[in-house]
Formats: sequence, C-alpha cells, structure tokens
Amino acid sequence: MSARRRHPLAGYAVVLFALLLTGIVYAVVSQAGDASASPAKVTPSALVQEGKAIFSVTCAACHGDFGQGTPGVAPSLIGVGAAAVNFQTSTGRMPAKEPGAENDRKTPELDPQQIAAVSAYIESLGGGPSVPTATQVSQRGANVGFGQQLFVADCAQCHNFDGAGGALTYGKFAPPLTKSTPTQIYEAMLTGPEAMPVFNDTTITPQEKRDIIAYVVQSREEPNPGGFSLGRVGPVTEGLVAFLGLLLFMVFAAMWITAKHRNTPQEDSNE
Amino acid sequence: MSDAHAGPTPGDPEEGQVSGPQAETGDEPPGVPRRVIGTPSPAQARMLLAETAPGSTAGLPVQRPRELPADPQDLRAAKTAEKVVAACFMIAGLAGCAFIASYFIFQVHSVVGVQHSNLALGLSMGLTFLFMGIGTVIWVRQLMPVVEITEQRHPLRSDEADREAFAETFAEGAEASQFVKRPILRRTLIAATVPVAVAPIVLLRDLGPLPGKSLDHTVWRKGMRLLNYGANTPIRPGDFSSPGGMITVVPDGFQNNFDALAKAACIIIKFGPDQVVYTDHPYPVTGYTVKNWTVDNIVCYSKICTHVGCPAALYEETTHHILCPCHQSTFDATRGAKVIFGPATRPLPQLPMTVDADGYLVARSDFTEPVGPSFWERGNST
Repeated sequence: MSARRRHPLAGYAVVLFALLLTGIVYAVVSQAGDASASPAKVTPSALVQEGKAIFSVTCAACHGDFGQGTPGVAPSLIGVGAAAVNFQTSTGRMPAKEPGAENDRKTPELDPQQIAAVSAYIESLGGGPSVPTATQVSQRGANVGFGQQLFVADCAQCHNFDGAGGALTYGKFAPPLTKSTPTQIYEAMLTGPEAMPVFNDTTITPQEKRDIIAYVVQSREEPNPGGFSLGRVGPVTEGLVAFLGLLLFMVFAAMWITAKHRNTPQEDSNE
Repeated sequence: MSDAHAGPTPGDPEEGQVSGPQAETGDEPPGVPRRVIGTPSPAQARMLLAETAPGSTAGLPVQRPRELPADPQDLRAAKTAEKVVAACFMIAGLAGCAFIASYFIFQVHSVVGVQHSNLALGLSMGLTFLFMGIGTVIWVRQLMPVVEITEQRHPLRSDEADREAFAETFAEGAEASQFVKRPILRRTLIAATVPVAVAPIVLLRDLGPLPGKSLDHTVWRKGMRLLNYGANTPIRPGDFSSPGGMITVVPDGFQNNFDALAKAACIIIKFGPDQVVYTDHPYPVTGYTVKNWTVDNIVCYSKICTHVGCPAALYEETTHHILCPCHQSTFDATRGAKVIFGPATRPLPQLPMTVDADGYLVARSDFTEPVGPSFWERGNST
C-alpha cells in the first residue's frame, strides 16, 4: 500500500477541529466594554421643554404625542416615572428599532443630557419613581450575603443565580445582568421593565435593593479558575461542553490509535 | 498472542494426548498449558485456533514460520519514536509530581482557594494520564510490529464427548454427595437459603416509610402569615401594592424548613383592576381564580409545578404567564393558573388568603388539593 495512508475522514476532522477551536477562542476573546451614563444638571423647566422636543421626535411615533401610548404597540408613559425612562434609554432599549417580543440591550442612542431631558418631561406628565441617587445605589456597607439570599428568592428564577439571564415564553427573555449598572438594576426593580415584575420599595426595601445590587456586582467579579465561564448558566452548558468536547476528543483519539501506520506490513496470507 | 496456541482445554481428557504441541513435549501434564508471563509463547501456530476443518475430531495445526519481526523496519525512526515516548513519560511523571505539589501548595480555606486547588489537581492529574496514554500509543504505533491475525469462530456447543463426560461427572457427584438420598439434609439446606433470599426484600424497607397522607397537605394552616421569602417579613396588602409585583412567600415559622418549603412555597402576584378572571364559587374552577381567596387583587399560587415539581416562578408581568423553567409548562396567572402550554396537566393550586387583625396577609386554610406533581395515591381529581 501507499507509504502515507490517512483515514479518509481525517481531512474533515481537522477542519471540524479547527472550526471548534476558532469558536472557542472567539467566545473567550470577545468581551465588549461597559458603557454607563449619568444625567447632567440644567434648570428644570428648560429641561422639560427640551425633553418634550426630543420626545416628539424620537418617541411620539409609538408612545403618542402626549405619552398616552398606542394600544397593542406601545404602553402609556403617564406615571411610569423618570426611573423607567432612564432605564429604557440608558440601556439602549428605547428608542426601539422595531416592535418585538423583547428589546435587547444596545448602545444608547440618546446621550445622558437628552436622557435627563426626556426623563424630566415624562416625570412632568404624571410623576412616578425618580432616578435613584448615587447614595441609593451605593454598595458601601451593603450586605452581599443577604443580597444573595434575596437574589436567589426573587431574581434567580429568571436571571439565573449568577445574573446570566434566561429564556421566557414566546420570544421574551430575561436579559443577562453582566453589563447593568447599579442605577439600572435599581431602576429595573423599581419599575419592572417589559416582562419583569415590579419590586417596589415596600416589598424590597431600598436597603435590600442595595444588597441585591452589591451581590450582582460582586458575583460578576468572581474569578473563573480554568478560564471558561461558559456563560455561567450552570451545569447544562458545562455538561454539554464536557460531553461534546470530550466526545470529539475521544473520537479523534480513537481514530489516531486505530489508524494504520506506515510501518504496517500488509498481510494477505491469513485466511 | 499469549493464548495463541492450539493446546487442548483442561477438561478434555479424550483428546489431550494427541492434539496439542504441549502434549508432545512431555514436560507438562497433558492438557494444562503453562507459561511464565513475559516469555514467548511455546506455541508454533500463528492462529488462535487449530486450522482444522470444522467438524473433524483430530487434526494437527499447520506449522508456520515465525512472522513477528524482531526489529522495526526503520531503525532511525524507531530511535526518534523512542525519544518521543520517553519524553511523554517524563512529562507524565513531572505532572504527577505537580499533582502532589499542588495538593500542598493550593490550600482550600476559601471558595476561590478550592477553585484553584481543583484546577491544579485536575489539570496535573489529567496531564499525567494524557501523556502516559499518548506515550503508550506512540510506542505501540511506531515501535511494535503490527500483524493482522484472523480469529475464527467456532460452534458454541461442546463436543458430544465433552457433554457426555460432563453429564457423567455431574451424576457421579450428585450420587456421591448423597443429596438425593438424604432428604432431610436437602430440605434443611433449602430452608436455610430462604431467609437469605428474603433478606434483600426486607431491606427495601429502608427506602423510607410510605408517604401516607403526607403528600395531600402542606404546613399551611388557617391564620398562618405569609412571609416575604429572603427578608422573611410579613406582608401588608398596602405594601405590596404595585400592579405587576411578584414575590415568593413562605409560611411563617417554616422559612428555614426546606422539607416543608418543598411543598409549601408560594408566589403572590399583585394585579391591576379588571385583569383577573374571577369566579364567585368557593372552590377552584379550571380557568378561573377564586375571588374569595384573594385580597385586593393579590393572588397566591403554589410555586411547585404540577408537572414534576420544579419551582415555577418565572412570572411575566406583561402577559401574566407563569413559566416553569424545567419543561416550559406555562400557566395563565389571570385565569386560576390554568395550563396554557407544556406538559403540566393541572393548574397551580391557589392558596386561600385573607388578612388578619393586624392587616397582614394570612392563609385562610391549607391548599384544598395536593400541590405539586401527580403521585400514585392522588387519584384523578383536579
């Protein structure tokens, strides 16, 4: 037989392995940066006027000229408060690209000044929760352990115990909390954006909210010895990776072990 | 190749004298092949079985010349392979030393310490076995000769002579043991084995007591307060007042009793006006929420999915779906938690609720039906 004889599938195997390796490397390397926003200060009435102008250009198409909403398309914004506006716009969810089951986080289109203006305008329509102050979201003195208990009891069912997020019904999903700022986490609990329930200050007290925020922020800094977090969504991905990855490895190992090598004397006299 | 000789089997008195190479040496008792491990087989044949035509009773194996080459064909390549294999084994040895070293270096006094310890121990041990394996495979592939052999099948049925001999021996043994002749010995022996056979069945009792009626009810009782789980504080309807709110609640006094919570955990949901489809019946009707069991549009449902008992608490404020994350059973919270998707077959049971004299949410009674998944004695009721 020929001097260098390879298994007919060896070429495919190499390509598959290279693809897998590329995917893993990409998943490990691609870590986007964090963007946070904080409102600036202008006189209140001028801010409301500016906000109204921005609103009529950017938001009124769906939410109506006076924020009254459009049934079946966009909810009323009367009484949602500055916290809801700040959450939706600073996470880039609003203005939305298109109506859908769930708006995902993206780069904010409004700058912090514009966000503050629109927030002031919406607040002027009917009050509602205001944007939390830096002290309210401070993690100084927060009880991280208690925050974890609360997170596990009230948040983890959707957002995963590590804030990795998860799927809901009919295309909706609970987003990962990996990029949420403390202010945004506070606002989300207070206002219940999209499918999320509301956790008002008498259900989860402001101190408890700070504990939860401290847990979310601190758990993000938990190291991943070994190098792979696998999205931190728990044993399912870990098991899948172990199963598929090790299976692939073992298939290649078996091919290598059993492949004929070039020194094989060919025997044809064995019958 | 260790058994690649055509020697007779030990229980083969008839043919042992004629059919094997060992029999002809005279050094060993017939029919008992003996060989020091690590020495070449005395067998001359290259085949695993004698090359005789099937069915013939006696045949001598065909003598074949030795075919295993003493040395690899390419001595230089073999020398290289030898070095590679030795290098692999050295790496494996070093990784093994690293395993022992990491046991002492990485202490496990903190969570992160345990993570690092696990990584170091697992990695070093994995490398040890991996490089031992790689070295062994290279050794086999590059240095050892490869010879294809053909192993031939033979009928599973023993020779007629063997079978007769066996039957004869068996009958002889039975006779000699007097098992048939002495019935009292036979019967007492059989009686002695009965408890041994029964014992494992008795041990099944350790699987636990039968559940009895314990699955039919939970620890909820009349007047027991609902605690906001985590903070473990009682709840006033006025505090839980934002429509779209949802929290996990547990019975007061059982907040740390996980056995009890496995059945008694609940969620309460605050609805806006006119969102819930109520019934005025004093008992659950599929598709409706019992109005008398709610307080100010606050509804309490069991958190335990009726499919296989996962915590179903993924409440979506916009669509009022309660989703179970395990198998995607979906319940409509506005309609008595009736199943609208997934494998669950029954609605989440609703906990009867009221307020006590201090204005806190309390249970009106236990659930009126068993919570959680179906079980054998549950019956078909909904």
